[in-house]
Amino acid sequence: MTVVATGGGAGGAKASGCACGSAGGCGTDHGTPLRASGTMVALTVDGVAVQVPAGTSVMRAAVEAGRSVPKLCATDSLEPFGSCRLCLVEIEGRRGYPASCTTPVEPGMRVRTQSPKLAQLRRGVMELYISDHPLDCLTCAANGDCELQDMAGAVGLREVRYGYEGANHRTAVKDRSNPYFDFDPSKCIVCSRCVRACEEIQGTHALTISGRGFASVVSPGALESFLGSECVSCGACVQACPTATLMEKSVVEAGTPDRSVVTTCAYCGVGCAFEAEMKGNEVVRMTPYKDGKANHGHSCVKGRFAWGYTTHRDRITTPMIRRSIDEPWREVSWDEAIGYAAAEFKRIQAQHGRGAVGGISSSRCTNEETYLMQKFVRAAFGNNNIDTCARVCHSPTGFGLKATLGESAGTQDFDSIDHCDVIMVIGANPTDAHPVFGSRLKRRIRQGAKLIVVDPRGIDLVRTPHVAAAHHLALRPGTNVAIVNALAHVIVTEGLVQEAYVRERCEWASFEQWRDFVAHPDRSPEATASVTGVPAETVRGAARLYATGGNAAIYYGLGVTEHSQGSTMVMGIANLAMATGNVGRPGVGVNPLRGQNNVQGSCDMGSFPHELPGYRHILDGETRALFERTWNVTLDPEPGLRIPNMLDAALDGSFKGLYLEGEDIAQSDPNTEHVTAALRRMECIVVQDLFLNETAKFAHVFLPGSSFLEKDGTFTNAERRISRVRQAVPPVAGKADWEITVALAEAMGYPMPYRHPSEIMAEIAALTPTFHGVTYERIEAHGSLQWPVNDAAPEGTPIMHRDRFVRGLGKFMVTEFVATEERVTPRFPLLLTTGRILSQYNVGAQTRRTGNVVWHDEDRLEIHPHDAEERSIKDGDRVELRSRAGVTTLRAVVTERVQPGVVYTTFHHPESGANVITTDNSDWATNCPEYKVTAVQVMPVVSASAWQERFQAFTERQEGFLPGHDHQPA
Amino acid sequence: MEIAHLCRMANQIGRFYAGQPDAAESRKAAATHLRRFWDPRMRRELVAHVEGGGAEDLDPFVREAVREHLEFLRPADTPAPASPAAGPR
Ligand code: SF4
Ligand code: SF4
Ligand code: SF4
Ligand code: FES
Repeated sequence: MTVVATGGGAGGAKASGCACGSAGGCGTDHGTPLRASGTMVALTVDGVAVQVPAGTSVMRAAVEAGRSVPKLCATDSLEPFGSCRLCLVEIEGRRGYPASCTTPVEPGMRVRTQSPKLAQLRRGVMELYISDHPLDCLTCAANGDCELQDMAGAVGLREVRYGYEGANHRTAVKDRSNPYFDFDPSKCIVCSRCVRACEEIQGTHALTISGRGFASVVSPGALESFLGSECVSCGACVQACPTATLMEKSVVEAGTPDRSVVTTCAYCGVGCAFEAEMKGNEVVRMTPYKDGKANHGHSCVKGRFAWGYTTHRDRITTPMIRRSIDEPWREVSWDEAIGYAAAEFKRIQAQHGRGAVGGISSSRCTNEETYLMQKFVRAAFGNNNIDTCARVCHSPTGFGLKATLGESAGTQDFDSIDHCDVIMVIGANPTDAHPVFGSRLKRRIRQGAKLIVVDPRGIDLVRTPHVAAAHHLALRPGTNVAIVNALAHVIVTEGLVQEAYVRERCEWASFEQWRDFVAHPDRSPEATASVTGVPAETVRGAARLYATGGNAAIYYGLGVTEHSQGSTMVMGIANLAMATGNVGRPGVGVNPLRGQNNVQGSCDMGSFPHELPGYRHILDGETRALFERTWNVTLDPEPGLRIPNMLDAALDGSFKGLYLEGEDIAQSDPNTEHVTAALRRMECIVVQDLFLNETAKFAHVFLPGSSFLEKDGTFTNAERRISRVRQAVPPVAGKADWEITVALAEAMGYPMPYRHPSEIMAEIAALTPTFHGVTYERIEAHGSLQWPVNDAAPEGTPIMHRDRFVRGLGKFMVTEFVATEERVTPRFPLLLTTGRILSQYNVGAQTRRTGNVVWHDEDRLEIHPHDAEERSIKDGDRVELRSRAGVTTLRAVVTERVQPGVVYTTFHHPESGANVITTDNSDWATNCPEYKVTAVQVMPVVSASAWQERFQAFTERQEGFLPGHDHQPA
Repeated sequence: MEIAHLCRMANQIGRFYAGQPDAAESRKAAATHLRRFWDPRMRRELVAHVEGGGAEDLDPFVREAVREHLEFLRPADTPAPASPAAGPR
């Protein structure tokens, strides 16, 4: 029999994919990465015939043949290195004992993996390793999970002749500086897997091997500590280390886990798959899942390590109610809390009308939860006042892509990046906000793809080890549309349009209108340079590269959407891609990088006030009838209120009750003072969350939610990939979030008799054409599925718009640049823009309750040296940040990362009040707030702002209202 | 709701559509946008504002678009339909 190794799924997994063909993942380490090649090579290993793609190592071929060769420095997520010499084999007709990991297969090769001589050589190698290794296996944290130990067994090592007294590393000192893993150099075998993982997989190049021969040691940077180095704590080195040298602290403390479930990270829109490894009901470690199609075994610090919040003592585990926010909370039973909430909602509707209440779901919710939430609002409240936090991040993506391409989603899968020749990153900072994707992007750049960065700030990608942008368009915040028009101008006027593609695939008339519009001299790079601040030549260079450099893909983030012209910019991006023929195949496309894990899903699930699941408008009678039949209700045919409209209506007195699941609008939404004033006007706010978040301080009912480790469901990541979230431990407060919504619906008089989230998915699939083929069984079988999944695409759709656009012909939209109303003036001479950093996540409610705080314990204001000097601000000074909306204070970082005239901050800590500053100006089409542009003034100060003092006092008072708190106010 | 804020949002919508090639089509598109995305109470106030004369704070394009499509934008009179539409049948 001949064993034939295939490339796994279509397209083939890259570095760490398993080729054994087992859909569920096999866990076997094949030693070296899978090679993609059309040519197969036949050989025999220990007499077993096997065929593998050309370029495969002998080691991997042996594994395919069902043999295994001992190894230490090789692992299939990394390129082979050939340093340990444990993997020696014999090859007929060759002299010596070549290392199988670095020897490629050749046709007709006859390999022997076992012989007395090989055994002797391997034992000799092991003996040397062990003589310099502490023999404390029984008390070592890696006991039972150590490749050195395994190999000692595999080669039959029985004695070590050298004695342990000679020069050795056994007394080297541990580096415990990283909050999540230890580095114990005494156990290091200098296999350099960690160094290669940091380079090849993560792309940070934080680790080096210094010294040579026996004196060689691994260290971060120039013999720094891990914490003090460039290390971003992604865990790739820990994952790669075969010994206990790099070891999770949680495993050191709790011991090795004994069971695991595969689940999906609940942080960012990359949607990495993880194995949650447990002992009993305690999670001990989260390891990136090798067969996860979004991450291929890689992770970032958040998903890998920052899950401690799930067991943080701040978690609220008992339902609570109170009549007024000036009263202490009262712990009550689930029944009482739910009954109270339902009675209040009914009372408000009776007094103030059906439209006086609404709900807000979150991109942190599963698809099933979000679906239920909108169903709850539509069926039990009887209105369409349902919105989600995607309102404040990617709603313009949905609007802009639907108008041009016909579907409100990104066009590619992440693997598409491996086919890119040119990558344009606009208003996104993937190495911080989408780290695992950022690593893949960097890898592609290292392989030779060209990079264009369009961002006001010098983000890391602009220049980082072995990566540099070919062009950095450092534009003034708020001028995106002028830039995209200037890029289009160059493409059109320099004859770089792919006319055949446009003629075949797009509405020609719309193209002509757009072409004439952008060709106007007013839109040229030269004419707009004074507005955008970008030299015309840079724009021209970038446009030429994008249009002519081969496969060109655009990846964009909130720096595109969170503007008053967010939707216009999304259309502008789609225009560029269509004009250059860059939609519909691997390596190209228009790709929104979604902020939170389930932004895509929450949009898909109809949590918008004008849209039913599957992006179908509430005005569409046919769709409404479909849902009315299934849900057995009459639906309100009028669009409902969006989040900012709800707040305006609350201030107006026509909106009085709100049910929020997983969303913290008092921190995350702009113009905090406006938000909190609106919240104070409401009569019943029900917050379903893990913690007493900022919004909960204004709430009347608190329903303790469950973390992603505690429930079943699905998330849909930025590549439309639907992945399972699997329950690892029982819900801390007794109910999974979907069960809470079901109970509340029942109390409102609308029964929702689901027994499991899979039944909710069945309903979603029945009602939503793009989800018709989705079932939990299918997801189980395929690992994950990219929608559309239906009869036309039963296995899902990695790349959209292949032969035609979803809307039929692509539509070019004319995108006039309209300057934002948020302008600099003598009183507010600087522009504030906001963003995130790697270690913290969104409002930080989760990450602030983990060891991640060592990297970012406060939000800082970045300011250019020139602006700082003008104001006598020194690095580290406390400064006042003032806008038309409010005042707060922060400490300054003086840096050239920002341009003169621009300041930058993050919004991970509530007390810094970044959103006290942001205004309620918003995207014209979707009301997505303009977080990215606020006119401000910055001045040195000594004390906190009045807002901060009020915030502090309010927070202390509200915390005092919690049961069991020491200082119950009278 | 605060009419100034509604006008500001309407103007922002208007500025996108005003930039589109065909003027009559653009006014219709702007009105359609309001119809499709604005809750009835917002449309009611905007319509009343335009009908009330003034509406100085609206860009001429938007004022024109709303005027031209008044009936299309006007929500049904009663806030809640006579037969309660909500709840299980
Ligand atoms: S944790 Fe990641 S960044 Fe840090 S040294 Fe290891 S591989 Fe490099
Ligand atoms: S730390 Fe681990 S992976 Fe790195 S060289 Fe040492 S043993 Fe190998
Ligand atoms: S935060 Fe994003 S990149 Fe990091 S592990 Fe989670 S899904 Fe992956
Ligand atoms: S595994 Fe081949 S030399 Fe180390």
